[in-house]
Amino acid sequence: MGKTLGKTRDHLGRPVVAVTGMGVVTSLGQGIDDNWAALTSGKSGIHRITRFPVDHLRTTIAGTVDFLFDEAPRSAVLTEKLAELAAEEAIARAKIGTPGDFPGMLFMAVPPVELDWSVKRDLYESGDAETADPYDRMIESAQSLNNPDIYEYALYACVADKTADRFGTRGAPISLSTACASGATAIQLGVEAIRRGDTDAALCIGTDGSVQVESLIRFSLLSALSTANEDPETASRPFSKNRDGFVMAEGAGALVLEDYDAAVARGAEILAVIRGVGEQADDFHRTRSKPDGSPVIGAMRQALGDAGIGLDEVNYINAHGTSTPENDKMEALSLEAVFGEHVKAIPISSNKSMIGHTLTAAGAIEAVFSIQTIRSGVIPPTINHDIPDPSVSLDVVPNVAREAPVSMVLSNSFGFGGQNACLVIAAEPA
Amino acid sequence: MSDKAGMSDGRDVWITGIGLISSLGEGLDAHWQAMAVDAPRIPAGETERFAPFPVLPMVPLELDKQIPRKADQRQMEPWQRLGTYAAGLALADAGLSGDLERLAHMDMIVAAGGGERDVDVDGQILAGLDRAAEPDAFLNERLANDLRPTLFLAQLSNLLAGNISIVHKVTGSSRTFMGEELAGISAVEIAARRIRAGQGDQFLVGAAYNAERKDMLLSLALGNTLWQGAVNAVWERANAGGGMVTGSLGVFLVLESREHAEARGKTAHAKLGPVLSGRSRREPGQAAAVARGQLDALRPALGDKPVGVLSGANGLGPATLEERALLEELVAEGIAGPIRASQSLIGNSLEAAFPAQIALAALALSRKGFYRPADPTGFELEAADVPTQILATSWGFWRGEGMALLEAID
Repeated sequence: MGKTLGKTRDHLGRPVVAVTGMGVVTSLGQGIDDNWAALTSGKSGIHRITRFPVDHLRTTIAGTVDFLFDEAPRSAVLTEKLAELAAEEAIARAKIGTPGDFPGMLFMAVPPVELDWSVKRDLYESGDAETADPYDRMIESAQSLNNPDIYEYALYACVADKTADRFGTRGAPISLSTACASGATAIQLGVEAIRRGDTDAALCIGTDGSVQVESLIRFSLLSALSTANEDPETASRPFSKNRDGFVMAEGAGALVLEDYDAAVARGAEILAVIRGVGEQADDFHRTRSKPDGSPVIGAMRQALGDAGIGLDEVNYINAHGTSTPENDKMEALSLEAVFGEHVKAIPISSNKSMIGHTLTAAGAIEAVFSIQTIRSGVIPPTINHDIPDPSVSLDVVPNVAREAPVSMVLSNSFGFGGQNACLVIAAEPA
Repeated sequence: MSDKAGMSDGRDVWITGIGLISSLGEGLDAHWQAMAVDAPRIPAGETERFAPFPVLPMVPLELDKQIPRKADQRQMEPWQRLGTYAAGLALADAGLSGDLERLAHMDMIVAAGGGERDVDVDGQILAGLDRAAEPDAFLNERLANDLRPTLFLAQLSNLLAGNISIVHKVTGSSRTFMGEELAGISAVEIAARRIRAGQGDQFLVGAAYNAERKDMLLSLALGNTLWQGAVNAVWERANAGGGMVTGSLGVFLVLESREHAEARGKTAHAKLGPVLSGRSRREPGQAAAVARGQLDALRPALGDKPVGVLSGANGLGPATLEERALLEELVAEGIAGPIRASQSLIGNSLEAAFPAQIALAALALSRKGFYRPADPTGFELEAADVPTQILATSWGFWRGEGMALLEAID
């Protein structure tokens, strides 16, 4: 395929994939600097929900991003805005292309789309009260509404299409969802495209602005959410004995990936290298992992194998670490299976203790933070770690950030539907 | 979706398995019979349940045949059942059902919508909200009490892939693309690119669409995209104001490197040549310009004689008329041969539309024939020759333009 430039190859003879730009928005703030200052000082972005009334809800806390709009936005609108801000920061950092002309493809993890209740209510209320069937009534209003904005934001392709228009990415944009592994999947797709020479650059984004009453209730009905509402900042407690579920959150992470040689040739600063990717689907259950952890173990081993590194070369693990009883147990068990006794010597932390679970965006946001960990030599802590889980024998970097040289990170992302995706991110040089 | 040309070098991609279910029937024989052997009849469709919109409903299926456990069936909503069923048919057709060793290394790309809702619950809540003293609190209470946890899993786009892993044991990588027709185009394109580049040997690629849903009709009605009245051919419809008719459909393809297929003694329905995606903002002429560029890119792979075209035209006014004008030019230029529009018979199945085009093109090549015309406007002419290549197109009802060239194996 069109690859001609480069000579730099990885251990399997493939082009090397560099990261030259990154950007992030979370409940902790906008931009890498603000986020990093908060993360390394152990600050939580979790708070009481004010976006909608919380009557009758078992969970009333979240890591919503509330500083971008004065009034509560529709999910897809917020999702798009978060992505825009993260991508702007990433592209500015990479100094690639010109405004509105990104010289590469777009891989974008976005949450599944549905009409917000606010829209359904408007359609219903403006419909003919004589129409008995509520959906028929909404359809009648829909046909006379003639509102392209409402129409387009009900389409699954809309957010990525508008993002592609804004940044001028090449080719057809990819909108993807692999549940809570989506952000990592977006990066995987970009890595694969660069490795096979389809493109010299890729804009990979994970974004999620979908904390709405129904989405919250759905996770609540699956008993997945923390109900530690009294003290929101301490609710997300990955790997703690008293963890009781994840905290829904919002945000976006964006990476500019480039063919290493192409990046060097244009004088770009190489922030890190995506050294390996791994993935293995689980066929056990829709929401639970196979009890022996084999798919999670397989995904980690594949990523390490794809990176061509030994177990002793990993010196930090950015855990999926959701704070659900199930995930953290499985992840710890699987890490012990992969790394053996050596696992105790590797610092492991969960960004979700502070930013909550940003769902579709998590894999991308956590890749950004993994790179920042490498570059700064500071490992963000797992906060709220007051009561360790005796069955978890990991060094979770409890409560306080730690200075340590980090050159090789394993970043884990797992999702409902048996999705397991792992990234190995390394310091430059390749 | 690459920004580079040269899409067809590398390894050959073979289509070694097809699972196809639609309003026309179940399986390849049923579709060949209805579209190529019998004189195609424009279907009446279901005109009552979703009035004013006609819908082409799925034929009855014996779900147990491909989804043996009732517990699995209960955990899915209709669109997931259609997809999981079609995936089972495709694996069986490829001779891979139950081949756990190979399935564990099979990669999957699913194109999916999702969001299948409980319209009864929604309706009760909307009616109640109208009367509630405190609407927001009422909404919370009703959602908390009335939503079924299993329904959420039916609403997640990636849970079709998840169910396929569970039921059929496909456990390599698993990616789900979203976004109407373009998602299906990209799914086929990226699987083919990965096989050509050696990033995988065998892929399960496909999608499912349940058209019998008022929640989807509502979203489509917001754009006034739907045809009202009797079902007719897409070319007729486009001349009469335009609109699309949606149809239930499930389709999965097993794509395999030629080496991998031959090593296990498997031949193919057809070879998948270049697959190209594109996008335009649909100003007049833009989609045709994208398609022209795609044709230029795959011209080196085209044979000497005019190529039969399986058009994905959906009947919506401007785009269908624009595609028709382009195809008329291509016929005049001697590039295009006979034209067929599959959506006149099976409707638009959004994410599933392009994979279905690939399935139908491969089927025709393997049966050494083409489909019969189904077009009272006279645009679709009888096919004279046995096709050795078929060009498949799909222009999304909103965005996205796709094109693929398929070739006969021998």
